[in-house]
Amino acid sequence: MSKFRIAVHITPRKGLLDPQGNAVKGALQTLGFKAVKDVHVGRYIIVEADAHDAIAAEEAVTDMCNKLLANPVTEDFEIESAVPS
Amino acid sequence: MKFGVITFPGSNCDYDAFRAVTDVLGEEATYLWHKDHDLQGSDVIILPGGFSYGDYLRAGAIARFSPIMQEVAAHAKAGGPVIGICNGFQIACEAGLLPGALMRNAHLQFVSAEIRVRVENADTMFTNLYEHAEILRIPIAHGDGRYVAPPEVLHELESEGRVVFRYVDASGAVTADANPNGSEQNIAGIVSAGGNVLGLMPHPERACSPLLGSSDGVRLLESILTRVAA
Repeated sequence: MSKFRIAVHITPRKGLLDPQGNAVKGALQTLGFKAVKDVHVGRYIIVEADAHDAIAAEEAVTDMCNKLLANPVTEDFEIESAVPS
Repeated sequence: MKFGVITFPGSNCDYDAFRAVTDVLGEEATYLWHKDHDLQGSDVIILPGGFSYGDYLRAGAIARFSPIMQEVAAHAKAGGPVIGICNGFQIACEAGLLPGALMRNAHLQFVSAEIRVRVENADTMFTNLYEHAEILRIPIAHGDGRYVAPPEVLHELESEGRVVFRYVDASGAVTADANPNGSEQNIAGIVSAGGNVLGLMPHPERACSPLLGSSDGVRLLESILTRVAA
């Protein structure tokens, strides 16, 4: 077993109203960032866990996302490659 | 009839629910601690409002894994009545007792106000003492009350009469202005497929006496008595 660090990005499901993202988009445009077309605000979660290898670590975190870290009705998640820590 | 009111760390409407049952209904109530594994013979379970586990991760996401929720799920599966109010509605959705989810209010603001809901189905165990299309005045107080569900789930809820309460204006019309949080189709409350789990964002336990400004929530609790007694 070795220790891995696995990062997860959780974002509002595409197509669902994202009021936080819209508010930030409006603020950026007000600031003069006219090129901004869309903004989404989500969560960034870092899990440190023991696993046999990077694949097993990523599988475990996928399971965690399905069961708790992300809401399957409203959110999408993306897992970064596990790195030894 | 015995009501079990669950207290999670961060619940803050458990006392109100307890008092509504004991003082207004005159029925027995007991507090159930979230770490317990025993419903103590409760006939009806209330998941009260509040901010269980500080709303960490998502509202209701962590409370769902409290030990007592296993017993609540078994009670619901066996047809036992469960009412999830506000944070309790969020917990019931996270636990899969009800479909859909509650997201941040569309305007991003916390709303504490008396609103109006229309009774969309007066033939449930929670609404049988109301008239169909009756308009109720009940308070809300939440930051994450925007009900969302996939289109096929919304269709199922509507076609099966499982949308029980809908936000309306004073004339009873379903309008965008009457929708306090941006919920899909102005949905304020739904029941499970079996009809025995109710989730709603408004607080009926805070509308239980003229002193509180409204008594419109009383019949929700009384409805359960008639149905279970019958």
